[in-house]
Amino acid sequence: MKSIISKLNKAFESRVKLGIMSVLVVNDYVDFNTLKELIQTSDGNLASHLRILENGGLIKVTKQFVGRKPKTTYKATSLGKKLFKQHINALEELIKKK
Amino acid sequence: MMTNQHDHFKDIQDIKSMMEKSSKFLSLSGLSGISAGVIALIGAAVAFFLLDYGSIKYDENFYLLPPHQYEHIMISLFLLGLIVLVSALGSGFYFSWRKAKKQNLPIINRTTYLLLNSLLIPLITGGILCIIIFFRHDVNRLASITLIFYGLGLVSASKYTLSEIQYLGISEIILGLLAAIFINYGLIFWALGFGVLHIVYGIIAYIRHEK
Repeated sequence: MKSIISKLNKAFESRVKLGIMSVLVVNDYVDFNTLKELIQTSDGNLASHLRILENGGLIKVTKQFVGRKPKTTYKATSLGKKLFKQHINALEELIKKK
Repeated sequence: MMTNQHDHFKDIQDIKSMMEKSSKFLSLSGLSGISAGVIALIGAAVAFFLLDYGSIKYDENFYLLPPHQYEHIMISLFLLGLIVLVSALGSGFYFSWRKAKKQNLPIINRTTYLLLNSLLIPLITGGILCIIIFFRHDVNRLASITLIFYGLGLVSASKYTLSEIQYLGISEIILGLLAAIFINYGLIFWALGFGVLHIVYGIIAYIRHEK
């Protein structure tokens, strides 16, 4: 039991981070507003969670201009996808053990 | 420990729902299918009357009808088709809009674009082909072509919405191919494909996702 719990990744503990990663593993890339709409949290809260994930190398941030408007898109890195899948597997194992 | 277990379960549920919500257009309502199917059946019945209760055969000799009669029927059928298309789309949109409102989801978001993008390419191709064929007087192929291209559109759009749509698309393609073989029964295949299938799959989707 203990070994499975240790497989749970601390990086995905918060609900917001869990939400961000869930969206990014099934979509090529997603912009800030779409994430906000899906996760339903404040700009500041979302941005700070995104920054932590970016610093951990789990997501990649791209800034570009669409016309005159800046647009920021987010993408899961291969490391991020791998770790998130491990996290899901660990969660599923834990539920089965019940 | 108990609360922990519960949290893990909720985590998995949250992950699944977030994955679905972000990549699929889930507001498509079974009622949209049912209403579109009913409208198509009414349209097929009106077409049957326009063809003089079936006395005018929709077959390879169709264009050999006296010109004034041919023109009259073609214009009526064309207008009928347009009315059926617009009202089926309208009712489909209405019920999906209602479902989106209930789910608290925006009706137009990224997944709407993904869905429409993959649906419209085969659909518009088929539509243009139909117009070409219409003017070439090869009208007895129209039922088959509309069914096949609509089916292809559904199959290609199905990865962005409810899984039932894929089976609906495959069924439409099979009916379309059959309609190409049994060319004299075009109207019946058309009524089966756009009427009966929509109603059947609409009911299945409604029971599975909205009840």
